[in-house]
Amino acid sequence: MQVNGEFKPLIVAFCCNWCSYAGADLAGNNRLNYPAEVKIIRVPCSCRVNPTFILRAFQRGADGVILCGCHPGDCHYTSGNYYTRRRMAMLFSMLDYLGIERERTRVEWVSAAEGAKFAATMNDFVAQVTALGENKRLEDLRCKK
Amino acid sequence: MRKCALSAMNDIFAAIASSKTVYLPVDGADGNAAFTKWEDGLVWSHALNTVRSPKDFFFPQTEDLMAFKTEGKTIEVIDIRKESEDFVIFGVRACDVKSFDVLDRVFLSEPVDSFYASRREHGVIVSLACSRPSETCFCGTFGIDATAPAGDVTAWKTEDTVYFEANTAKGAALLKDIEALTEEASDDAVKAQQEKTKTILAKLPLANLTTEAFGGGKTKEFFNHPAWEELSQACLGCGTCTFVCPTCQCYDIKEFNTGNGVVRYRCWDSCMYSEFTKMAHGNNRLTQKERFRQRFMHKLVYYPENNDGLFSCVGCGRCLSKCPISMNIVKVMKTIGGNNG
Amino acid sequence: MQKVTASQLIDRAAALLSDGSVSAVLGWKQGEFDYDITPAVFADEQALRDAFVWNDFCGANFSKYLLKATKKVDGKVLVFLKPCDTYSFNQLLTEHRFDRDKVYAIGIPCEGMADIDKVKAQSGDGIVSIACGETIQVTTLYNDAPVSVELADVLEERCANCKSKKHVAYDELLGDEGDVLDSARFDEVAQLEAMTPDERFAFWQEHLSRCIRCNACRDVCPACTCEKCVFDNPASGVENKAPANEFEEKMFHIIRAFHVAGRCTDCGECSRVCPQNIPLHLLNRKFIKDMNDNYGEYQAGAEVGSRAPLVDFTLDDPEAADVLDRRG
Repeated sequence: MQVNGEFKPLIVAFCCNWCSYAGADLAGNNRLNYPAEVKIIRVPCSCRVNPTFILRAFQRGADGVILCGCHPGDCHYTSGNYYTRRRMAMLFSMLDYLGIERERTRVEWVSAAEGAKFAATMNDFVAQVTALGENKRLEDLRCKK
Repeated sequence: MRKCALSAMNDIFAAIASSKTVYLPVDGADGNAAFTKWEDGLVWSHALNTVRSPKDFFFPQTEDLMAFKTEGKTIEVIDIRKESEDFVIFGVRACDVKSFDVLDRVFLSEPVDSFYASRREHGVIVSLACSRPSETCFCGTFGIDATAPAGDVTAWKTEDTVYFEANTAKGAALLKDIEALTEEASDDAVKAQQEKTKTILAKLPLANLTTEAFGGGKTKEFFNHPAWEELSQACLGCGTCTFVCPTCQCYDIKEFNTGNGVVRYRCWDSCMYSEFTKMAHGNNRLTQKERFRQRFMHKLVYYPENNDGLFSCVGCGRCLSKCPISMNIVKVMKTIGGNNG
Repeated sequence: MQKVTASQLIDRAAALLSDGSVSAVLGWKQGEFDYDITPAVFADEQALRDAFVWNDFCGANFSKYLLKATKKVDGKVLVFLKPCDTYSFNQLLTEHRFDRDKVYAIGIPCEGMADIDKVKAQSGDGIVSIACGETIQVTTLYNDAPVSVELADVLEERCANCKSKKHVAYDELLGDEGDVLDSARFDEVAQLEAMTPDERFAFWQEHLSRCIRCNACRDVCPACTCEKCVFDNPASGVENKAPANEFEEKMFHIIRAFHVAGRCTDCGECSRVCPQNIPLHLLNRKFIKDMNDNYGEYQAGAEVGSRAPLVDFTLDDPEAADVLDRRG
């Protein structure tokens, strides 16, 4: 969206409850800055995220969607993030195939101890999406204000 | 009757497009013709017909009706209707022109559907006579003359010339607009084409198909016909037949939550779908057999019963060529009507 | 020309019906114009003799019909399967969608099926009759003499890029066992991948904007066997009956293809039935190609009980970014 003539992207970050959400919390506790444009949705496991969630986030106005989960091998449910890894790789590759900018989507593994990585990742992703501009290729005009 | 060279049609489209939006069948990359908004250089397709029927112009697949916005305890109702623009549809075949009569009886009878009525008012139909019908054509079954279609203006296309004849005041006004680009012509070439086409029409495989067995008052005769079971057994329950059909007019009204309000819209619905006319108790047609029967009973019995014997099929043949399993109204008519055409 | 004849199939089916081995036959039924063939259940020999056909226009894959037929028919259902159909057959068995004991499957060799639109492009419209022999003889209203069309020139896309002439499931095989072929079926996907994102976007925009959401691709798909599709379920939040805009067009097609990814055998029914000629197989094949490239070769339906790539993993799978980078 445009704020005072400047483009501010809306970023949806799906974060798993056990690692990445705790990582975000740690970033906050450590007073690390990351942009307020990032809206976190907490999910029990990164594997909970169904491809329709990603598409719906874009439909509802997201300019970028990032999915964060435990590092491979560290999943609270043993293997959820391994399925996520394949699933999102296939989905993002398909979005790219349809001509939707690949920079709008990302998967990042963030542990509960990586508050700094969480903040750095979000800063980087927001900058990347800001450079791309508004999401035009996967938007639903009805949902724009 | 007026005429112009086929090669001069681009000028005609340009002249009309200066005041109205012009649509015409154009060949697409996929090999099918589709009604397309005219731009300079677009070529009028020679295809017999489009896959999507021109009903879209008056009854689009989706259409926003109104919007709501809530703030605190107040609710605002927003009229989001857009003013219809004047438009001209070129190249509508006789069958499809007739389909507008079928739709009119639904949408223009009380209570009038103002969205549809407004589009009908703003639209001018330039029909096109057929000269090379396909084996799937059976408009003659419904009393339609493919060589003399109705519409505001009737056009005949020969190898190098297009002939025009106005049928309504709207059509006369359109021809007036392009008077400078057309010239007066005798109807000899048109008559010759019509004669030739009529001999072809008589030879079509479905030329002898009749509606004799059908019409209002036949519900009891056909409703429990044993053949419905067999006819419907391969039906996938998709909506292809209903969506390519120029006369299918069922729709659903739904609401979409945009996150900052609600849009109420309508969209085509299909009696082949399991959610069709779903009510609190569920769906009143539990099996595909019942849904399938509804479609054909509606076209051949219920609709004529309520509309002075007019059938809700115009014989365009779209469902014949597009049904994934090749089940269609002709097979139904021949099987349950005992009509071997 | 097909290697086995309709009468061979009818004789075999009639024999199985008469000795009680099967009680119904799933087969292709004669239509109005020689090419508009409908899947049908034949209950007796007379019905078979009257209307059963087998020619170059018998594209329908019967695997999905087994779900309903095996529940409806007492006793066994005889089904004729072309090589590509047998992959769908196995995939449905993998997913426990019908009772194998209620089916008697006869594998029949297939030389590819003709696309009627391509036939018409050669013969012209107004078809009066079609005779399938060495060549396809098409009589039309507008040609004085029948037009002779070579099957090889009018094959459906999926047949021109046939992946296998091998039957991977049957109780009985008519004719010889075929081979898995080296097909060029991923070439078009690779061509699209080589385009710029803008070109790809324009390509798909043009195709998907034609969608009328008739659901034929979904309803014919042997992999789409959910009792209730998310797109029909008002509680799913994504239910819709029509593509209200470009987003919903894309949403439907991405999710449809994703839901069958790893289970799609690339039988090509979706593209065959699409009334708007949308190249849906290019979406399915994209997933198949990506899975092959990143997780190892996998052919859904090649055997019963195999684990599809998206319900499996290894510890060293590539990351999403690597999958995209690898292609450049």
